[in-house]
Amino acid sequence: MLKVRGLAAAYGASRVLFDISLDVGAGEVVTLLGRNGMGKTTTIRAIMGLLAAQSGSIEFKGQPVRNWPADRIARLGIGLVPEGRLIFPTLSVRENLVATAADRHGAKNPWTLARIFALFPRLDERQSQSGRTLSGGEQQMLAIGRALMTNPDLLILDEATEGLAPVIRAEIWQCLEALKAEGQSILLVDKNIAVLERLADRHHVIEKGRTIWAGARADFARDRAEVHRHVAF
Amino acid sequence: MDEPRTPAVTKDAKPPRWRAWAPYAGLLALVALPFAAQALGQAALTTLATRMVILAIAASALNIALGLGGLVSFGHAAFYGVGAYAVGILTTHGASGAPFLGFIPGSELLGVNLLAAMLASGLVAGAIGALALRTSGVQFIMITLAFAQMLFFFFVALKAYGGDDGVSMRRRNALPGLNMRDDMTFYFVSLAILAVWLGISARLFHSRFGLLLGGIRQSERRMQAIGVSTVRTRWLAFVLSGMGTGLAGGLMAVFGRFVSPDMMHWTQSGELLIMVVLGGAGTIFGPVLGAFALIGLETLLAGWTEHWQVILGPALVLMALTFRGGLARLGRRREGP
Repeated sequence: MLKVRGLAAAYGASRVLFDISLDVGAGEVVTLLGRNGMGKTTTIRAIMGLLAAQSGSIEFKGQPVRNWPADRIARLGIGLVPEGRLIFPTLSVRENLVATAADRHGAKNPWTLARIFALFPRLDERQSQSGRTLSGGEQQMLAIGRALMTNPDLLILDEATEGLAPVIRAEIWQCLEALKAEGQSILLVDKNIAVLERLADRHHVIEKGRTIWAGARADFARDRAEVHRHVAF
Repeated sequence: MDEPRTPAVTKDAKPPRWRAWAPYAGLLALVALPFAAQALGQAALTTLATRMVILAIAASALNIALGLGGLVSFGHAAFYGVGAYAVGILTTHGASGAPFLGFIPGSELLGVNLLAAMLASGLVAGAIGALALRTSGVQFIMITLAFAQMLFFFFVALKAYGGDDGVSMRRRNALPGLNMRDDMTFYFVSLAILAVWLGISARLFHSRFGLLLGGIRQSERRMQAIGVSTVRTRWLAFVLSGMGTGLAGGLMAVFGRFVSPDMMHWTQSGELLIMVVLGGAGTIFGPVLGAFALIGLETLLAGWTEHWQVILGPALVLMALTFRGGLARLGRRREGP
């Protein structure tokens, strides 16, 4: 579904990504691991068209999307839950969900408000509250809900549980497991290795802007020591 | 960069009771106004109120771009003027019987001419918006100003339609069944158009399109990452805003039976901006209050001294400082960060 090869990108003169490769198959949950500052968020930004890529290729659903406008990439079927959540603070929970909702590719079981509220009952209780009055965890749920309402083929979560209380984290992991069971493809950027090992089908480790390790769940178990050297948990 | 601006629609604020009744009380006062003016022997008040009502339509239309879309247009006088000229030109040809450009028949019917005014200003807004919306911030302000001034000088040079002197119309456009020469009738027609326009605005503010514009105003990049074509959405808001301003321009042309390039001078754009900001950008009734306050203050001061602008400036600064967020936000709980 998503295939990235030899991706390089820079912020002005400072190069951040040198050689990133990663794959996400249909229905797969895949991780992008790495210490802080290694280029995880930059990789996501380049995939989403929010940062110009200098070289390499990005293919999504068989289409070369490198350096397409961000809105066009998103419309092709990628739902991003950005780092820092970035919900719309002045809109209500319901408005945040419906404002950008879309079913562009005729999803088999399209997301509705009722389904989102079933997934996150906390949001149901706060439907008419404005985004700014939600707790961090609720904002995160709202950001995930907002992305799901675009019926994405691929859901990308950038540090989805960072800074959240353990009980809220557990709720979010549970929700991701439910999404996986429904066949949702997910690309996860996170550091919670214990949960990720159970949830993900495939892992990628990046260091200093390069993919230095990639493998399936079984390979991960085998190379655990090597992976741990590159990723601080 | 991503910090939210003043919200267009707020759900949390619990307004005091009187706020819910204020629009109805305002409407009642506006309906009663010409009768009161007649009883007091102050017929001029009705014509003043008509001007206020028409400019309130223009300010409310600008509010779609400014308050809802966050687009600080300093060129809306162009759409106001184009709407006015559309009416002026069609009326002239309607009276003479010769078609405009050899194939567009003229008209002296208000409905037809106002539709033409909206169409013409919408087309001009579409063209200006397509170019200006490629920029943002100060550049956007300067480009909209530049286009408006270009149109201003174009109409100054347009000798076929009076050039600098503008176009005079023999009589007001007709609305079947009504005596449009009567100032009170014209006032109520204008008031009805304002009411319809505000109804459309309110629907727009609370529609999904309104939410998208609110989201884009808060963070354009974020909306793009969710798959929203931000340029197209803002363009549409700009065109709708231009059409409403053109409608007001057309109505003003009929009211005064006169159109001149002055209507699209940059000072007119500035006045419309002041009305919106003074009344409360992003609110539905704010621009109406702003239009009434500004024109009322101008008239009051002009009747008192010929140096009225010296007083108007500081008065506006004082009002802006006192009513932060605009007159329409009086009594509303202060927004948190």
